[in-house]
Amino acid sequence: MYPRQFEYVAATSLDEAVSALAGAEFAKVMSGGMSLIPMMKLRLLSPDVVVDIGRIPGLDQITDAGDYVSIGALVRHAQTASAQNLPRALVDAASWTGDVQVRNRGTTCGAVAHADIAADQPAAILALGATMVARGPNGTREIPADDFFVDTMTSALQPDEILTEIRIPKVGGATAYDKLGRRGGHTDYAVAGAAAWVQKDNGTVTNCRVALTGVGTKPTLAHGVAEALIGTDGSEQAVKEAAERATEGVTVLEDLYGSEEYKAHLAKVYTRRALTQALAQL
Amino acid sequence: MKISLTINGREVSADVEPRTLLVHFLREDQGLTGTHIGCETSYCGACTVLVDGKTVKSCTMFAVQADGASITTVEGLADNGQLHPVQEGFWERHGLQCGYCTPGMIMSAVGLLQEKQSPSEDEIRHAIEGNLCRCTGYHNIVRAIEYAAAKMRGEEPPPPDWEEEEVSV
Ligand SMILES: Cc1cc2nc3c(=O)[nH]c(=O)nc-3n(C[C@H](O)[C@H](O)[C@H](O)COP(=O)(O)OP(=O)(O)OC[C@H]3O[C@@H](n4cnc5c(N)ncnc54)[C@H](O)[C@@H]3O)c2cc1C
Ligand code: FES
Ligand code: FES
Repeated sequence: MYPRQFEYVAATSLDEAVSALAGAEFAKVMSGGMSLIPMMKLRLLSPDVVVDIGRIPGLDQITDAGDYVSIGALVRHAQTASAQNLPRALVDAASWTGDVQVRNRGTTCGAVAHADIAADQPAAILALGATMVARGPNGTREIPADDFFVDTMTSALQPDEILTEIRIPKVGGATAYDKLGRRGGHTDYAVAGAAAWVQKDNGTVTNCRVALTGVGTKPTLAHGVAEALIGTDGSEQAVKEAAERATEGVTVLEDLYGSEEYKAHLAKVYTRRALTQALAQL
Repeated sequence: MKISLTINGREVSADVEPRTLLVHFLREDQGLTGTHIGCETSYCGACTVLVDGKTVKSCTMFAVQADGASITTVEGLADNGQLHPVQEGFWERHGLQCGYCTPGMIMSAVGLLQEKQSPSEDEIRHAIEGNLCRCTGYHNIVRAIEYAAAKMRGEEPPPPDWEEEEVSV
């Protein structure tokens, strides 16, 4: 299974990569290649130019920048999965992404840029309120997670932009991610999953963000859940009631792995589990 | 495009089309047919090789991405005719039937044992999540990897299941 022919650019700097993207009619960035290459082999995608950013030095670090932790464009899933300074929701989402071989090459930034409807780390990124840093011909801009996921496999990135870094804010509280994998347990893409971030003050939930994956057209914030949980004591009953609102305002879609009804049910179940696990850490 | 890399300790230079997958380069250009192609859709793991010490599905990497890298395939494991402990484990513990998945399974096991000397059964099973076997049901593969882990720690491997089990008629 060969992809169509393409021109290969092994960029050695971000500037070189950005200008290679800008100069081509249909170019694609390649980081880990774990989604791009399968799509090219199936000829679902046939770019004229593939700009490989895999050799650009300095992008493979997770660094503490004071207010936030920065994940560089070439940080592999395996690195994120074993990071000591990242929130648990993201660490677990990375460790349940694909298999060992996929985690050795695929990148956290690549998974987020790819924005698959059933991917793990995008949900965590959204729940954590991360900031994406994109570099294009006009320089660098920051995109908040709430604006980043636009539609199915569509992010706010322009075709000539590179996601250079994801910034995870250090906001405290506790986080968790849980999912039902397509191959059972936590294995493979999510049939459905939820990432949660909660904060409590004096026994009261003061902040909450829950993001769903696998159930709709894109990773989506469950606003109803947050609204219902904030102000409560975060008890089992409060979590149960809040989770009932998981799909409020969310377009639930059926796919090969489940009907609309089943997906909506799972969204509630995994919202409850993620919230329960996060609250248990506080 | 010209690439230079090391395969099983040997320096290799070649001129490849950018779209050439690493697995095709290894099998068709280099004649290293030990690396198998099972699914070609990135799922089965039969094509697993080590690239700079990490397991990679060679059907999901372009040969040009391996420029400058060091690659180990199943052919590179045995040392002067002496099987690698993982190969020996698969032999001794009946870790294969048709053998199609075996080179990939072995490379994944080698990757695991580089990182963890004493993996639990659970860790072994998770480590081979990216490798599918249609024959064995995985049980003896896990035993084969346990055998290799013990050998590599310099310990006596656990006895085979078939000697432990009581046979009742
Ligand atoms: C067998 C298998 C199982 C998998 N299982 C899971 C799973 O369980 N859960 C899950 O979430 N994912 C899964 N994946 C997908 C995996 O997570 C991919 O690694 C990830 O989606 C893409 O990351 P990458 O670095 O490999 O990106 P690539 O494949 O290189 O790129 C993917 C897309 O994102 C773009 N892109 C990549 N990096 C950048 C960047 N820095 N800036 C701008 N655009 C960029 C590319 O142009 C391309 O369109 C699986 C993949 C495989 C092959
Ligand atoms: S042939 Fe590469 S994963 Fe199946
Ligand atoms: S031994 Fe036949 S596929 Fe594994």
